[in-house]
Amino acid sequence: MRTRGWPVLIAPVALTAGILAFPAAFGTYPVKLLQEILIWGIFAMSLDLLMGHAGLVSFGHSAFFGAGGYVAALTLTRFPGVLSALVLPALAAGVVAWLIGILAIRVSGVYFIMLTLAFSQMFHAYAFQVAWLGAEDGLVGIPRAALLGLDTSRPWAFHAYVVTVAAAAALFLWRVTRSPFGHVLRGLHENEGRMEAIGYAVRRYKLLAFVLAGTLAGVAGALYAQFSGSITPDAFFWTTSGEALLMVVIGGVGTLGGAVLGAAVFILLQSLVSTYTERWMLILGVTFVLLVLVAPGGIVGMIRARVGRRG
Amino acid sequence: MPLLADLLAQALNGLAYGVLLFLLSVGLTLIFGMLDVINLAHGSFYMLGAYAGLTLIAATGSFWLAFALAPLVVGLIGVLVERALLRPLYRRPPLDQVLLTFGLIYLFEDLVKWLWGGRIRSIAAPALFAGSVRLGHVTVPSYRLFVIGFGLVMAVLLWALIERTHLGALIRAGVFDAEMAAGLGIDVGRVFTGVFALGAALGGLSGVVAGPIQSAYPSMGVSILIPALIVVVVGGLGSLKGSLVGSLLIGQAETFGKAWLPGVSMLMIYLVMALTVLLRPRGLFGQPLK
Repeated sequence: MRTRGWPVLIAPVALTAGILAFPAAFGTYPVKLLQEILIWGIFAMSLDLLMGHAGLVSFGHSAFFGAGGYVAALTLTRFPGVLSALVLPALAAGVVAWLIGILAIRVSGVYFIMLTLAFSQMFHAYAFQVAWLGAEDGLVGIPRAALLGLDTSRPWAFHAYVVTVAAAAALFLWRVTRSPFGHVLRGLHENEGRMEAIGYAVRRYKLLAFVLAGTLAGVAGALYAQFSGSITPDAFFWTTSGEALLMVVIGGVGTLGGAVLGAAVFILLQSLVSTYTERWMLILGVTFVLLVLVAPGGIVGMIRARVGRRG
Repeated sequence: MPLLADLLAQALNGLAYGVLLFLLSVGLTLIFGMLDVINLAHGSFYMLGAYAGLTLIAATGSFWLAFALAPLVVGLIGVLVERALLRPLYRRPPLDQVLLTFGLIYLFEDLVKWLWGGRIRSIAAPALFAGSVRLGHVTVPSYRLFVIGFGLVMAVLLWALIERTHLGALIRAGVFDAEMAAGLGIDVGRVFTGVFALGAALGGLSGVVAGPIQSAYPSMGVSILIPALIVVVVGGLGSLKGSLVGSLLIGQAETFGKAWLPGVSMLMIYLVMALTVLLRPRGLFGQPLK
């Protein structure tokens, strides 16, 4: 493992401080966009742990995003506090990921994609039809509660809250991917058969990665519910998984930071382009197709190729 | 309504839906078998078929002309997609191609919104099948019966094409083992393009056939894609027979679910699929190894 000394630490800390101070210099709308980017960034990073590190391409990541969002919505209205805002949604999403993971990791490749897709769609179908989850309209009026003394109903405090959670998630994932566990995941990605032959309990590692990623996706979903004040069955829909996948690929698979970059590109395209023209989906589609064709490594891959760094 | 009549009505609705799914999923399953690519843009071909039909009906004044021409238009779009976009990716991991087709969904859907607007456009059934037919206690729109008949005829024709003709033998060789087929001197590149175009055209055909039943709207492609994918997985990737059986099964599951279990109807098809994948991972008629 290379260590590059202090700069490794300085850059992220400076970046976090800059993001934290962002509302001081910019108006409400840019701040909202930034928060949205951070929340989707957590979601996309969690998918990148699966895709880029464990080699599990999931088309059902929305199941956990939605689970986190709905649990936050249900509990925050009754028991406002940090337990309802983050802990329970994360746990619930983790349990859902564990249950789906037990079944899904038995198959691989296309079948894994399809099975994860089917499970997330089941959640969508259920949330879309039952009254206690608000059916089609979802749940609204989700409060921003006081969390550990921090009253997130104040804009500044909410911003600090989102930035803190996002930074913690990034740090956590960064550590995980560089831990022995992360190296086993990489090994699985490169050559699963060999890892199994060496004696690694392949399925257990995959399941753990799946649960970790699901838990974080649940955190993102919970944050999103608090950010927008509502949650709808769309959170479970397969296109939500697809959007996260787009973000990861746009940014660069397996780079974590790329996932956040991808989230930024996606959300800025969606919001900025849509203020000038209605054709943002077209532009997004073309951008994406071109990226896959000419820059399979995403933005990060492109930058690395320019700088001339290999690996 | 007596139980038996209700059963018949639901079964016919399910059959019509299943037949549409079949036309769509044949292309999906052949493309997968040959290129190892899940074509996520396959629902877009269905949508393009419906809109091409809409415009062709307006231009020619004839439903049947549109019916014949729309699949050709969509097939041509398929040729373009395969030649210009997918071909450069054949040496890359299959995931890249899947992702590319995902991008195409956005592109096509927005293109349709641009050209035709976002609202639902209804398509009138042809005059010949505008009425309805009484079968005992049940009244069925005659267009629906036409769709069922047409779909079953198409199933037989496709079976004959693939199992009984020289062209079909080429396709089967490509689906079974493209590398070996290339080694035997078959121009696999042309077969690939042909299969992709055929799949796209069939997708377009199902779109134009579905028009009078489901109307045309931009998100119709995204909505039909998932049931079609489920059909392919349940039936077995790359299997024509599986595609037919899977379509009819999913068509019935969806229709009866809606009628009898309205609270959880949308869950039905996902349950069928999850059970299939877990109990028979290769699907009902999938090849054991590929």
